[in-house]
Amino acid sequence: MAAVGDLQFEEFGNAAATAAENPGATTISIEGPGESPTHQAGLPRGSGGEEDDELLGNDDSDKTELLAGQKKSSPFWTFEYYQTFFDVDTYQVFDRIKGSLLPIPGKNFVRLYIRSNPDLYGPFWICATLVFAIAISGNLSNFLIHLGEKTYHYVPEFRKVSIAATIIYAYAWLVPLALWGFLMWRNSKVMNIVSYSFLEIVCVYGYSLFIYIPTAVLWIIPQKAVRWILVMIALGVSGSVLAMTFWPAVREDNRRIALATIVTIVLLHTLLSVGCLAYFFDAPEMDHLPTATAAPNQTVAAAKAR
Amino acid sequence: MRSHIREFDSSTLNESVQNTIMRDLKAVGKKFMHVLYPRKSNTLLRDWDLWGPLILCVTLALMLQRSSVDSEKDGGPQFAEVFVIVWFGAVTITLNSKLLGGNISFFQSLCVLGYCILPLTVAMLVCRLVLLAEQGPINFMVRLFVVIVMFTWSIVASTAFLADSQPPNRKALAIYPVFLFYFVISWMILTFTPQ
Repeated sequence: MAAVGDLQFEEFGNAAATAAENPGATTISIEGPGESPTHQAGLPRGSGGEEDDELLGNDDSDKTELLAGQKKSSPFWTFEYYQTFFDVDTYQVFDRIKGSLLPIPGKNFVRLYIRSNPDLYGPFWICATLVFAIAISGNLSNFLIHLGEKTYHYVPEFRKVSIAATIIYAYAWLVPLALWGFLMWRNSKVMNIVSYSFLEIVCVYGYSLFIYIPTAVLWIIPQKAVRWILVMIALGVSGSVLAMTFWPAVREDNRRIALATIVTIVLLHTLLSVGCLAYFFDAPEMDHLPTATAAPNQTVAAAKAR
Repeated sequence: MRSHIREFDSSTLNESVQNTIMRDLKAVGKKFMHVLYPRKSNTLLRDWDLWGPLILCVTLALMLQRSSVDSEKDGGPQFAEVFVIVWFGAVTITLNSKLLGGNISFFQSLCVLGYCILPLTVAMLVCRLVLLAEQGPINFMVRLFVVIVMFTWSIVASTAFLADSQPPNRKALAIYPVFLFYFVISWMILTFTPQ
């Protein structure tokens, strides 16, 4: 037993030495001139396959246990502080997206998937994809609807991208801010068991917007009924994710206030989707205009439509 | 050794302007070749420069600019809009990959992303030439095919250079924004209509 203890002591010493020389080994000459040595925080846990692997693993597990209690300990002006918001793996992002698409009644999205590791990757890139999906689909659907009209000259409508970006990013950040402020205020009045941090609310809102990406692509179909059915489905899925997430947070409160909160959340969500549909997608006409059959150069348009 | 280095330093000060320009142009041209035939090599990463991305971005933005006659109507992107999209897109992707824990430096990543716009700039040139012919569905199909091929080429080239610098369990998270970036640029190229 004493021998094992001695060995362990030696191994720790070795680990310190190898840990000291390992960063030097992995970060070779790829560094740029003004680079600060902040990469050590972002070292992947799976690096290194030698016999020192277990030693590094022990060190890392010790470190993770220590850090789990104090998650964001770096001051906010360092790079590591923001790296803690991107501490997700690919499978985790996929799991969270799946959780937002399949709301299970009784299961809380935040407790199940986020579990005190909120990330900003999902909300940011889902919003970016949604902005471009809406702008491109709107453009494409308008082109297809007005195909064959003589007086319509196709323009790419690039300004709509900036408008879409403003709307969606404002929704994904200001509404969670308002909701968080409101919940904090109610929390000071009524003792709630469940309270969410601002980042967790941003996370839920970001991931709940994912369903709108395929919805926006399907909105290209120029049928009013199809579009409204899609709105209903998307609203149902993402609205229920939001409602089921925030119901435990307001459940203890005054009945009317709790219901009003949930209704407001769903209403704002509805406003976003209906507003996007109305603004970016022209209404499909039910019948074709009679001017389309008159002129002889409609054969070109007919060839385009085929 | 020291006298060698001093000699080298003073010789670049005293050389003719043509030598300096030709040296930089040759470096840019070498990197263009690396993008066109992407192999896993470190040249793009080691000696990064931003001349190539600047030339490509300016060329692309000039070609995508709509004529200023009908600037009142909502039309295609202006020069500034394309410029902003390319550079802010590249900066955002670089920040994203660094935040996810990649070990590539800021300017190296900008360099790679900028150079991999080369296939799409070639696609823009081809599209402009094709648009000189008569319009029609065949015209559109040709342009669509060219843009899709060049888009795939850009993605393959940038992935070959950038993928190794990411932690293995987050590669898809770092590559997806690159895909979105080149997709948006391809969309702008495809929907370009003259006049």
